[in-house]
Amino acid sequence: AQRQMIRLRQMDNILQNAQRQGRISFYMTCRGEEAIHIGSASALKQQDVILAQYREHGLLMWRGFTLEQFTNQCFSNDLDLGRGRQMPVHYGSRALNYHTISSPLGTQIPQATGVGYKLKLDAAKMEDPSEAGIAICYFGDGCASTTDFHAGLNFAATLKAPVVFFCRNNGYAISTSVEDQYAGDGIVCRAPGYGMAGLRVDGNDAFAVSAAVRKAREYCLTNNAPILIEAITYRQGHHSTSDDSSRYRCPKEVHDHSTSTDPVKRLNKFLHRHGWVSSDDTAKIRDEERMAVLNAMEAAERRPPPKLDTLFADVYEEMPLHLRRQEQQLQQHLAKYPGRY
Amino acid sequence: GFANKTKMNLFTAINSAMQTALETDPSTVIFGEDVGFGGVFRCSTGLRDQFGSDRVFNTPLSETGIAGFAIGYAAQGGTSVAEIQFADYIFPALDQLVNEMSKFRYRSGNQWNCGGVTVRTPVGAVGHGGHYHSQSPEAYLAHTPGLVVVMPRGPRAAKGLLLSSIRSKDPVIFMEPKALYRASVEDVPDDDYMIPLGKAEILRSGSDVTVVGWGGQLRILQKACDMAQSEHGISCELIDLRTILPWDVDCVVDSTEKTGKLVVSHEAPITCGFGAEVVATVQERSFLSLEAPIQRVCGYDTPFPLVFEKYYIPDELKNLEAIKKVVDYAQ
Repeated sequence: AQRQMIRLRQMDNILQNAQRQGRISFYMTCRGEEAIHIGSASALKQQDVILAQYREHGLLMWRGFTLEQFTNQCFSNDLDLGRGRQMPVHYGSRALNYHTISSPLGTQIPQATGVGYKLKLDAAKMEDPSEAGIAICYFGDGCASTTDFHAGLNFAATLKAPVVFFCRNNGYAISTSVEDQYAGDGIVCRAPGYGMAGLRVDGNDAFAVSAAVRKAREYCLTNNAPILIEAITYRQGHHSTSDDSSRYRCPKEVHDHSTSTDPVKRLNKFLHRHGWVSSDDTAKIRDEERMAVLNAMEAAERRPPPKLDTLFADVYEEMPLHLRRQEQQLQQHLAKYPGRY
Repeated sequence: GFANKTKMNLFTAINSAMQTALETDPSTVIFGEDVGFGGVFRCSTGLRDQFGSDRVFNTPLSETGIAGFAIGYAAQGGTSVAEIQFADYIFPALDQLVNEMSKFRYRSGNQWNCGGVTVRTPVGAVGHGGHYHSQSPEAYLAHTPGLVVVMPRGPRAAKGLLLSSIRSKDPVIFMEPKALYRASVEDVPDDDYMIPLGKAEILRSGSDVTVVGWGGQLRILQKACDMAQSEHGISCELIDLRTILPWDVDCVVDSTEKTGKLVVSHEAPITCGFGAEVVATVQERSFLSLEAPIQRVCGYDTPFPLVFEKYYIPDELKNLEAIKKVVDYAQ
């Protein structure tokens, strides 16, 4: 878990810098929320379906998404599983049961309810109940204000879908602090309004998050019912590389959190205190992971983009005639202007 | 031909298609507002009793929830048939339809898809529907790459097209002309049959004018073509697009190159209606074959009115005038 967190933070640091250097167009870090990622991922089984928002890449990392796969997506190269179609950090992996990220907020929430409902019907036919899965859906404090949040939770409660709705309350939606986002007591207080169970957890404690998700998962499968988890954490980084958070919050606030509540530091201190790692161990891991990220990034950067014919593929299962014709039009245009594109 | 046929109206034909889907694909579920007791238009009558409330059920009142739920269920490998009670209320779901459903396969690099989704929704004028029970929003959805948009003209087409839509590997929006639910009765095969998507149908062959429409408008256009023939000796070739997106360009182009004249008619407002797409494409492909400017006979650019509905509707008289106009122009 410690290695995963360190790898995650190294990847965030290096890719954020890569954007600042103009090598990738965009990036989003999860600095400060690593305990949520690693804690919850470690409590899930591979058959649980993850529908995330955009700041949950540590779960994907835990599941097995490689540094090569992360960087290939960020560099939009020919090995990107998404075929270079979306901005960086919009990862997805069918093999790892992680839905492809989309930019619109909250849309994943009612979708998670649909996934959970299907999982419930499938579980009823299974011989081995340990193979049953849940849907787990992640979103932030801002996203919890959307209409899709309301619809998704209400549907899950009434239709009895085994879904964990996991809110990362990190204090900010871009520049909007939670004071401007809601007047109630956070997000979890809404659960009883839907007739749903809920629990709040320290999002910076990897063990607490893991225990919470494990219990929540059991609850969902036992009761065929959803549950809302609110994990309190802090967004140490900017919203994205398009944001400069010093414009709306004071550096002292960020500094205080990065020293007192930082989840990576907390886990590190815990492991040290019990004598399970030494400073040398940690430094060695940090160096190894840093090199691994750099190597993956440099390899990804050298690769070519996907082939142009992927532009028209996958709009439908089979390419319809009108797209074949548009593809021909583009090819004819390129033949007339070689080297101009 | 099919051995056994039954006289069915539109809602019975749709019911028959959904029953067949539920029988042949155990992952099929049917849901939406009031679907459980049979639906406000009776399309799902009897299905909950037959297949159980796990598979045929009511959802809470939220179109965005219905659409999102349908996507998730299909992404997990199931077949979801979602009902939006009136197409006038599809707009809260537009984010899920346009930003999610249509892009689900493409954005994932074909790892994920929600081809198992079919969204059914009643459209069109009904005599007293006014602004919010009469709309035909096919143009909004046809502007969305990745969706398939289908509109049957009657019960027989509806059953075959709906089964194709449900079984399609792409997400389909299936628009049902509500005025025909009870009023249109045809012989419909009892069997399981499918009508291909993306293909128009020529309802009558003709040599003088090509007339194109979809959905409930075909009944009006049949009358207009009858009048053109009987009163003016004009031979019309009448085409039902059946699928709006992707539409059968070659069928309409070939016909227009034969007749040299085209009239397109739809209930939805004329500006940026789907007729504009048909006209633009045909004139681009067949400019030199045209003997007259292409005519569109459509609803006016107003919200769908209540007391003046009969003036608003592009009826058979307005279509007859357009047919005569192109014939006269060409002479």
